[in-house]
Amino acid sequence: MGIFDFLKPRAPNSASLAKERLRIIVAQERAQRGAPDYLPTLRRELLEVLKKYVNVDPDAIQVKLSQEGGHELLELSVALPDKPGH
Amino acid sequence: MAEIIVVTSGKGGVGKTTTSASVAVGLARRGKRVVVIDFDVGLRNLDLIMGCERRVVYDFVNVIQGECTLKQALIKDKRLDNLFVLAASQTRDKDALTKEGVEGVLNGLKEMDFEYIVCDSPAGIEKGAFLAMYFADRAVVVVNPEVSSVRDSDRILGLLASKTRHAETGERVVAQHLLLTRYNPERVVRGDMMSIADVQEILGLDVLGVVPESDTVLAGSNAGTPVILDPASQAGQAYDDAVARLLGESVPMRFTDALKKGFLTRLFGG
Repeated sequence: MGIFDFLKPRAPNSASLAKERLRIIVAQERAQRGAPDYLPTLRRELLEVLKKYVNVDPDAIQVKLSQEGGHELLELSVALPDKPGH
Repeated sequence: MAEIIVVTSGKGGVGKTTTSASVAVGLARRGKRVVVIDFDVGLRNLDLIMGCERRVVYDFVNVIQGECTLKQALIKDKRLDNLFVLAASQTRDKDALTKEGVEGVLNGLKEMDFEYIVCDSPAGIEKGAFLAMYFADRAVVVVNPEVSSVRDSDRILGLLASKTRHAETGERVVAQHLLLTRYNPERVVRGDMMSIADVQEILGLDVLGVVPESDTVLAGSNAGTPVILDPASQAGQAYDDAVARLLGESVPMRFTDALKKGFLTRLFGG
């Protein structure tokens, strides 16, 4: 750090940006690890069915598989749009 | 009893073959009987890095298919008597490697009293990479301090924990080590490269070694001399430290701090 450094334009610290992005994506991918292969297809097909009734965004469905007390829990959450209908 | 070490990474171009060659030479230089195998069928390159490309007569697939004996296919290193190379085949048939075939070769090498079998994995997560890691006792995961390499390494760590013989039998876990390569301490200080601590934190593993980015790595591959044999190279010395740690020695990290700047440089910026 030089005393005249404040005169230089400050670049954002790209290493911390990389670390933050990786932390999120690695955690997400670890959570999906070992999950059955049909989950993405299931999610896509559910979306198609839902679209017949409500106008939902492609990212409105979250499918999550987790372990709870020796049981596998399949969690589906659908975010509905503010105004229903087409 | 031979120990099987896989050198893997997921991503290509991070330094798997450079690492395999230097680790094999480092172990052999410490008196171990070592063989290093190129699993990259169709894209043979370990022979070039080891400097024995003109002495390849038979390869890994020839042995598996019974076209020669294992002994005929092993290429003895010119520098070290106790180091051998098994080259990859240049065939385009991606089914040339089979699980049974690989197991047969590894068992044959164990019977020949090798102490270390180093498996140089191809990039990706296809069959060659899968077979390179399947029988491993230990894994050296080569990673660059860069987003795609770190993410791919995490995928590989997941596969090591589930898709290996040890994971399937449940007898023991495959020991996992990170080896950080192309590390540039100056760039870390400037904030445009992730630090050792950053990578360790994201992947949840300690590093076995940190190899600094160095022109000597290219010079070594140009000459067919693994960089660990260059006594003036910091990368070579860092590889030697990593090999010592692999053998259980406690060696402090070197070449991981940026060079101290002079007073004027600090005052006026570098």
